[in-house]
Amino acid sequence: MTEKIEIRGACDMPPMAKSLGRMSWNLTGSWRNVTPVIDYEKCTICMLCWKFCPDLAITCTEPPEIILDYCKGCGVCAEECPVNCIEMREGI
Amino acid sequence: MKQVVTGNHTVAHAARVGRAQVVSAYPITPQTQVVEKISEFVADGIMDAKFIKVESEHSAMVACIGASAAGVRTFTATSAQGLALMHEVLHWAANARLPVVLANINRAMGPPWTIWTDQIDSLSERDTGWMQFYAESNQDIFDGILISFKVAEQVLLPAMVILEAFFLSHTAEPVDFPEQEEVDRFLPPRVATHTVDPEHPAAFGGLTGPDHYYELKYMEHNAMLEAEEVIKRVTQEYGDLTGRYYKMADPYRCEDAETVLLVSGGVASTAKDAVDEARAAGKKLGSLKIWAFRPFPREDVRELLLGRKRVAVVDRNISFGQEGIFCTEVKASLYGRDGAPPVLGFVAGLGGRDIKVRDLLAIAEAAEKDDCPEFNWYGVKP
Amino acid sequence: MAEVPKKLTIPPEEHMCAGHLACQGCGAALAMRYALKALGPNTVFTVPACCWSVIDGPFPYTTLGVPLFHIAFEAVAASACGLAAGLEIMGKKGVNVVAWAGDGGTADIGIQALSGAAERNDNILYICYDNEAYMNTGVQRSSSTPWGAWTTTTPARHFKKRPKKDLVDIMVAHHIPYVATAAMAFPEDLVAKVAKAKDIEGMKYLQIFASCPPGWRMAPEYSVKSVRLAVNTRVWPLLEVEHGVYNINRKPRKRTPVAEYLKLQGRFAHLTEEQFEEIQGMVDRNWERLLFLEKSTHEMAGVPLKGDKAAASKGKETEAAAG
Repeated sequence: MTEKIEIRGACDMPPMAKSLGRMSWNLTGSWRNVTPVIDYEKCTICMLCWKFCPDLAITCTEPPEIILDYCKGCGVCAEECPVNCIEMREGI
Repeated sequence: MKQVVTGNHTVAHAARVGRAQVVSAYPITPQTQVVEKISEFVADGIMDAKFIKVESEHSAMVACIGASAAGVRTFTATSAQGLALMHEVLHWAANARLPVVLANINRAMGPPWTIWTDQIDSLSERDTGWMQFYAESNQDIFDGILISFKVAEQVLLPAMVILEAFFLSHTAEPVDFPEQEEVDRFLPPRVATHTVDPEHPAAFGGLTGPDHYYELKYMEHNAMLEAEEVIKRVTQEYGDLTGRYYKMADPYRCEDAETVLLVSGGVASTAKDAVDEARAAGKKLGSLKIWAFRPFPREDVRELLLGRKRVAVVDRNISFGQEGIFCTEVKASLYGRDGAPPVLGFVAGLGGRDIKVRDLLAIAEAAEKDDCPEFNWYGVKP
Repeated sequence: MAEVPKKLTIPPEEHMCAGHLACQGCGAALAMRYALKALGPNTVFTVPACCWSVIDGPFPYTTLGVPLFHIAFEAVAASACGLAAGLEIMGKKGVNVVAWAGDGGTADIGIQALSGAAERNDNILYICYDNEAYMNTGVQRSSSTPWGAWTTTTPARHFKKRPKKDLVDIMVAHHIPYVATAAMAFPEDLVAKVAKAKDIEGMKYLQIFASCPPGWRMAPEYSVKSVRLAVNTRVWPLLEVEHGVYNINRKPRKRTPVAEYLKLQGRFAHLTEEQFEEIQGMVDRNWERLLFLEKSTHEMAGVPLKGDKAAASKGKETEAAAG
């Protein structure tokens, strides 16, 4: 995870608006108002949830895990899960 | 080696010996011979460049921007409507700090359709962050383009070399072309920084908020101020190589002049004849050519004009509702200074109407009258 | 440390990071994620004004792991051509230069530069992610907005009465080597098409159907489902046109009614059953048109069409005659 970059002024900037770091400091998990919870008893590790996550918030691992720091709570994973093992729970 | 060439072909030769690597342009009268000549150069293999033959001037500038961002030397040429179509992306080139070089053939803006010269097209781009050099002769065009490449690449700002439609673009004059090796010594290949390069990934020009945008403008302005120093250094170097020393503000017989004609472009050449004629008649007339309009040589203008009896500015342009644009710029440079002379504005020659020696003499004479208005439409038929 | 699963249908490598600014369920974010998987790191993007000029993040940050050069709205194709020329001269070998634009930047304001680049056959990959309106500026209609849709400039009581502009046909008319459609609900197809396109010399055009939950007035969880329905109802056929020859990549066996797709989205909520039927008619006619184009272009090229025995034998005859 990259840190936020401190820019005091022109002295810290390139002459044009050229990026100096990545967006991964931005923990978009705070956007969430519903949270996916995987029932690992039912999960078949088909990886559809990982495949369809727009926010790269599911690990490409066996089994997949939700990265709550980034999950925006869109619910695509729960909707797409072929065995209905992801539940969207109220709150974070 | 001296050759007799038109202004347009001079532009093409300068792009060639300046080793522009990507050229992208769209034809427009009176610039067409530039794109035709560069097409021939590239087709014949005597210019090692890629010529992207785009569908508009907007795309021409954008293709130059893309190629320049990748790190290569880029060049384009246009005129009037074409330059106006580029307007949005002229800002883009400057704000992205890309040293694109452009030749603009001054042509009046329509409607009505016109193909003859005035400066409103280029002066409308005054605030885009481009350097601007107004050529007096075909030699000026050639030298100005080479100087522009070098300065632009050092300060990371784009540069425009400006010549008048037909008076220069289609007029053949002897031009001294230095040997390629000499040019290469003066203008080595571009060493680009901050390039778009998969080995060093970064985003360029992304959304920037009020916290940082302001500082980017501060740096852009400082680059333009720094350009003044760089221009002086580079023109010195170029002069040592060729014997031709360019001055941002270039005086002619001004030493003891009481009246100074302030001129730009090819009119500066006519002004020299007018000055000689007036001098022969015992009048203390001089002329001052503004070669570099951006950055504006404020210090030089002050040094040359403070203490004169009057300055008559010949503007082949008009800022409607105000006055000629050079006039405003000169006034701003002199304002509040001890010995600031009256600055009298003369709009002349719009839409290609000729400005002859006798016209300049008439302007000087009018300026010398005590009741000369501050602003004048010279020669208008009301 | 958990293992990477063995049975993945798309590459596991990611070339963008989490933390980007896309809305919940963003189809354009998924489209980018998949495209990058096919393109890999030796890639340069240039992007005009569109959702992705915001999604990538503000200065001094970026989301992509490859360069992204922002450019003015109407200009992305020309920007890509300039970058391609520049990178080649700089000795950067085999860089994929991608123009990545929304449907407004492609079908409306950017069409001139796009047409110019295509006519020159410059070596770039142009990808339009099509969410059928100006979503970044708040859902105004574009020429890619379909008949019947609500947008903020085509209010429900005065919905869009003109059909979606057919960019695929326009690009085919430029005689470029590769024109294709994809949809972000079919990642394997999308990745395969980008991977194929990047190795073709010349101009490639790919239009990716990408949902916009806020703009389509739809719950974000239906992001993928809606686009899958668009393909399965034949609203958005997946196809490739290579040197003028059409191939429909997915021919849904059963005809799913268009209403299933339309009813999922609030932007069509004002339409009556009769209007649904009207749209069904448009979709059916387009599908028939595409089947005809597929058949006739195969016949003209003497290429057998999969599953079409008559064409296959004709193809053989042509081959024999040529031999």
